[in-house]
Amino acid sequence: MSEERDYRDDPGGTSPFDQANLSFPPDYLRDGRGIRSWLLTTDHKRIGVMFYAIIVLMLGLGGIFALLIRTELLTPERTVMSASAYNRFFTLHGVVMVFLFMIPSIPNVFGNFLLPIMIGARDLAFPRLNLASFYVYCVGSTVTLAAAIWGGVDTGWTFYVPYSTSTESSVFLVAVGIFILGISSILTALNFIVTTHTLRAEGMRWLDMPLFVWAIYATSIIMLLATPVLGLTLVLVALDRIAHIGMFDPRLGGDPVLFQHLFWFYSHPAVYIMILPAMGVISETVCTFSKKPPSSYWAIAISSLGIAFVGFFGWGHHMFVAGMSEIDAGIFGALSMFVAIFSAIKVFTWTATLYRGNITFTTPMLYFFWFLFLFTFGGMTGVAVATQSLDVHWHDTYFVVAHFHFIMVGGTITAFVGAAHYWFPIMFGRMYSERMGLLTSTSVFFGFLFTFVPQFLLGNAGMPRRYYSYPPRYQWLNVVSTGGAYLLAGALLLTLINLLVALKWGKRATPNPWGSRSFEWMTAAIPIKHNFETPPVISRGPYDYHLSEEQAHARTKAR
Amino acid sequence: MNELLRRLLFLPQQSSTMAESIDELHYFVIITTMLGALLVTLVGGWFLLRYREGRIQTHPHDYDIGAKPPLWMKVAAVFALFTLFVVWWAIGMRQYLELRIAPQGAFEVEVVAKQWMWKYTYPEGGRSIAALYVPAGRPVKLTLTSRDVIHSFYVPEFRIKQDVVPGRFTTVWFEAKAAGVYEILCTEYCGTGHSVMRGQVIALEPGDFDRWLEGEDLGAPVAGPRYEQPWVVGNTAPAQELDLVRTGERAASTQGCLRCHSVDGTPHIGPTWAGLYGSVVPLEGGGKALVDAAYITESMMDPLVKMHAGFAPLMPSYLGRIRSGETAAIIAFIKSLRNVPPEPVAPTPSNDGGAP
Repeated sequence: MSEERDYRDDPGGTSPFDQANLSFPPDYLRDGRGIRSWLLTTDHKRIGVMFYAIIVLMLGLGGIFALLIRTELLTPERTVMSASAYNRFFTLHGVVMVFLFMIPSIPNVFGNFLLPIMIGARDLAFPRLNLASFYVYCVGSTVTLAAAIWGGVDTGWTFYVPYSTSTESSVFLVAVGIFILGISSILTALNFIVTTHTLRAEGMRWLDMPLFVWAIYATSIIMLLATPVLGLTLVLVALDRIAHIGMFDPRLGGDPVLFQHLFWFYSHPAVYIMILPAMGVISETVCTFSKKPPSSYWAIAISSLGIAFVGFFGWGHHMFVAGMSEIDAGIFGALSMFVAIFSAIKVFTWTATLYRGNITFTTPMLYFFWFLFLFTFGGMTGVAVATQSLDVHWHDTYFVVAHFHFIMVGGTITAFVGAAHYWFPIMFGRMYSERMGLLTSTSVFFGFLFTFVPQFLLGNAGMPRRYYSYPPRYQWLNVVSTGGAYLLAGALLLTLINLLVALKWGKRATPNPWGSRSFEWMTAAIPIKHNFETPPVISRGPYDYHLSEEQAHARTKAR
Repeated sequence: MNELLRRLLFLPQQSSTMAESIDELHYFVIITTMLGALLVTLVGGWFLLRYREGRIQTHPHDYDIGAKPPLWMKVAAVFALFTLFVVWWAIGMRQYLELRIAPQGAFEVEVVAKQWMWKYTYPEGGRSIAALYVPAGRPVKLTLTSRDVIHSFYVPEFRIKQDVVPGRFTTVWFEAKAAGVYEILCTEYCGTGHSVMRGQVIALEPGDFDRWLEGEDLGAPVAGPRYEQPWVVGNTAPAQELDLVRTGERAASTQGCLRCHSVDGTPHIGPTWAGLYGSVVPLEGGGKALVDAAYITESMMDPLVKMHAGFAPLMPSYLGRIRSGETAAIIAFIKSLRNVPPEPVAPTPSNDGGAP
């Protein structure tokens, strides 16, 4: 097959819908032109792409803040900025990365784009609500950023009271912004849940859904149940600041530790909002490139729900030194370990899937390999910090910073970038440069290691987090970490450039370039506006690699 | 073995009675973690090589869509992991209880934290700021509270940490194995001065400690290789003969003055002492004051009456907290700095560069 040929000229019938119809509807990118057709679209794919653009922008912004922090930490005293500027920058880094990038990243970009296609639906259940979610996100992120930048918020992304109720910065407006962002999360989560329940194609049972759908479904449940708690907590903080109702302020009889309970009741499950979709991406990648079904579909699907459930009961391990009772600490320590068991089941299953596979080694697969190491190590250090007596030494030191960056960067960003490569052909109809992909992926990994391994050691040595100046004995590890951060940033920038180049000059993609059996690859090279010309009827599983590609197509078609 | 692992993992000295057993659990957990992650990666990496497309083309029988590990292997792996976690939990929980429950008969000190300093009150009514004097070889129980926001009391060399919460009293205990100086760090973010909210635990031999409680100036608090004079510019070797200026420098260090006032002109939380003596400073709310012994004494005892303009009203009163003689010594020290130019210079003190 000629690589340059458009799929429309393809007489071979690789797309299931091309025999009957000679007049093709245009693909989603060309269906409607002009800025208006994008801004007012209700097509889940276009909304996904719009989210994509803005979320990559947020990642860049959060990354710039990270570099500023790391630059300041090159020397034990002032390097480039004052203490109050430093405090604002680490707050901005945390807020942007958590609320503006990480939480919406994979669900709102890849979930939006792929979930309906994967279950054979024309769109999400509530397309207008989906567009509303996008604009609510835009408003929320604008308010948050404007307040944090111009108002100079210096509380850290955790907003611990009573500091956040007493500092002279615009905590109130940032709280409003994050509240609005929460509404966007809830709208999207609701949409995904309803879509999964009601819009599965004819013949598709729950256990026929691709594993990515399970992951997004479990994530949506957490979003729907946990986000309101965050919203209400922020309302209480705002009321405490403005009306002095004395919810958390000890001078008025409030309890600052109550805030921590409420905050982590959201923010601990939020960790799984960030990592579960990444696990979904990994499941898809492993199966596609090993050309094998997962060694246990059931284990991966159920463990996603297990993590979503148990994740709600681990919040207390953030508070072992906050003055909670010993019994509480024991219970929360034990419950936290269950999350690790479910995650370990996934890791075993992915590794076992490789066994006797037929493995194509592509960029997404290399990202999977990094993920495997980083997530396993980061996850097990999570159990380590949930071990009560060890946490006493590690709590609020760089060890914890390193641990959650292993999960959030080593896990989620690795999977996000892996997904960006894996689904690049279906989203934009082009192929990226594999050689550049492998090169940038390797640089990302080493940049990451140099950034965060020294932070584990800094934490062991006792360097507290959020320190503007530090005892000089910590300096050389900080210098290594800063060097690594620049390498990581450079590698991610090159990755972006590689994909942008591919967008314009990449080879045209064929409809199923990876030879996958998953349902999203059964569409045209670039899906049409409503994904399928006729509603598909599914009579096979998403990982039926024993079927030939033609058979697989035949069992996905409308009859 | 303990020493090797401790150094490899960059852990601080094990200076409390609990530190070594906590570190042993640390080694167990971290080594298992590293081995586990390595094992998964190696097995995964081996599969990636063994079952790569190129090799499958020549060995097609190695490709088996239905291949999965036997059920017993999965069950065994999950069970093994579960057992491992239970063991960690059991040891960790037992140690946590030991860390949390102070033994009977501990020496008790009350700690009040505020932005950005630590203040201590001893049973006999003695007080100190930043430097916490305790007897070595005897359990010490601290009762902590905060006057403003949440802080956290952390001594890395003791492996202890406790949040200090306004409106609540929390406790923490430790027993220093030997006399020495151990760093205190604040680990709960508390604002602009969070990273300079530090102090020292000064553990004294029991005899020395009793003498200190009775008000005796011990000269050098402790001798020994691990003694580090923090926050002070200029070297004061413990064995050196002390004159009034040196005494003042030490008093300024142990009383915590130098945590807000620099002596080399570096801008900090309070006015720098470089070139301060004899100068005329603007006051908050108008007016001027000549910095002489009377003004300095008044500022120590009642700091908010005549505030140097441009600085936050953070300084605590030292009335009753400072020994007779120390005031004069600190004034002598400030006086000795009058010819130091009050311009900012390189901020890193020369004696801070070495390892602890």
